Amino acid sequence: MIGQLFDGVPRRGLVLLAGLLVVLLAAPWIANDYLLTVLIIVLYFAYTGQAWNVMMGFAGQLSLGHAIYVGLGGYAAAALYVHFGIGPWLGLAAAIAIAMACGAIIGFLAFRFGVGGVYFAILTIAFAEFARIGFDHFKWVGASSGFFLPVANYTRNDLWNLRGNPMMFYYVMLALTIAAFALCHILLKSRVGYYWQAIREDEIAARSLGIDTFRYKMYAVVLSAGMTAVAGVFFAFYYNNLFPEQVFHISRSIELILGPIIGGIGTLFGPLVGAFLLTGLSEAMQEFLTVLGFDAPGAKQVFYGLCLLVVVMALPGGVWPWLAAKLGVTGPRS
Amino acid sequence: MTPLLSVDGVAKRFRGLLAVDNVSFRVAQGSIFAVIGPNGAGKTTLFNVIAGMFAPDRGSIAFAGERIDGLAPDEICRRGIGRTFQLVRPFPALSVEDNVVIGAMLRRHDPAAARRRAHEVLGRLDLFGKRHQLASALTLPDRKRLEVARALATDPKLLLLDEVMAGLRPAETDRMVSVLTELNRESGLTILLIEHVMRAVMALAARVLVLHHGATIAEGPPEAVVREPAVVQSYLGAEAVE
Repeated sequence: MIGQLFDGVPRRGLVLLAGLLVVLLAAPWIANDYLLTVLIIVLYFAYTGQAWNVMMGFAGQLSLGHAIYVGLGGYAAAALYVHFGIGPWLGLAAAIAIAMACGAIIGFLAFRFGVGGVYFAILTIAFAEFARIGFDHFKWVGASSGFFLPVANYTRNDLWNLRGNPMMFYYVMLALTIAAFALCHILLKSRVGYYWQAIREDEIAARSLGIDTFRYKMYAVVLSAGMTAVAGVFFAFYYNNLFPEQVFHISRSIELILGPIIGGIGTLFGPLVGAFLLTGLSEAMQEFLTVLGFDAPGAKQVFYGLCLLVVVMALPGGVWPWLAAKLGVTGPRS
Repeated sequence: MTPLLSVDGVAKRFRGLLAVDNVSFRVAQGSIFAVIGPNGAGKTTLFNVIAGMFAPDRGSIAFAGERIDGLAPDEICRRGIGRTFQLVRPFPALSVEDNVVIGAMLRRHDPAAARRRAHEVLGRLDLFGKRHQLASALTLPDRKRLEVARALATDPKLLLLDEVMAGLRPAETDRMVSVLTELNRESGLTILLIEHVMRAVMALAARVLVLHHGATIAEGPPEAVVREPAVVQSYLGAEAVE
């Protein structure tokens, strides 16, 4: 089973992958607190980017409202924790279920009634906005004044309740990212992965080959929603506060999809590479500007815009396909 | 013998245009049947109605003894009807092999088994050597072959071919004709084809249906049909029959 995972991966790729894994595992012991925080954000975006990639990259369904699943997941687990004392790992199950149900509703409405392409994307934005406005008035979880998890100084890491220091959160996020990566790899090699790609490439041709496109598009949306909700639970327990204006805002949805777009939509490594590039470079630039004594609050957004521009112009397939060719690790289906 | 496909009084209207007008025919199990006619005669619309892209406005279609009119295209494919598209629709960013693997997965959930089937089909259609190329890199004749390969990989009982010879050179046409003849002989595959290349129609089809303005103007063995005055006048032109 584990052996099958690496079928068809070039040897050089395996070596590089192992090296990357060692670096990621060792990072918290080398990095300072600031760098560790940056790495957590990188992994967070790599994970959510991968979740979004399932829908857009694999199945070709553009969601511009993925913040809704982050938010629903975060709020669900946080509310269970604060109101009922239910731990985050149990809360996770509820979070995933709620997000999947929401994804199923959006997917059903769109795919049943033939809403596709740009109109589908608008529908996803609309739902994220409904959620934002709804949660602004949802008193049980603090409405617009925010929802807070109790913060205490923990002397030891409590993994069961997700309370602890950044190093623990780093490893949790790393485990999630690796799991998402492995899951996507397996899916892409299975029937569902092939069917998603067929739908992405040409839905009419896919149907003529006997593919129930409605069902497979639903799988993509529901799985992507569930995966994204996991990141939402992490978000809630890491930051300990949730504001509807922040978590459901469209800028969150956009931020989440920049990684895979820059890294390479539909590729396995794209979300990871994109997250590293965007978060890494923008943080480095911020540092650089601070050292130079510039105070430029909007610099990050401008930087994101420039990155997007450069990638769209120079590498429309994303950075990863180009990088993979340079590294000599282009597999038949990487 | 009950026919594999029976089309009875099928009509399809697009607003003011009656694209298919009360067409009926039967395709016997194991036979090769051709639909010919001038451009705009309604051939592709007829195909799309059979393949489930459109439901007919009137009439019925039965396949293997069951009504299939109005079913969705994917359901019709699962019942055992494979089709190609006149304007080819490959999965451009996927390899030639993966294009066919996706077709083969209809009857084989295991990717390895689907890949073996894909290799067989690719071999038959002379695409095995090009299996690692992206479908977008293929020439038009190869794309036409890929259409056939992909549909064939779904293991259909009936194969609908929409002008797969168009754009092929005479030698390529003969090669395609022999591939189709082999398939028909060896596995008893029933074939319904739309074709303009009369050389292929005469070589392949046991029966021919001629459409003009959506309606049937002739049906019968090809040698007889090409001599009918209505067919000569509307489609072939006088010089076709000497």
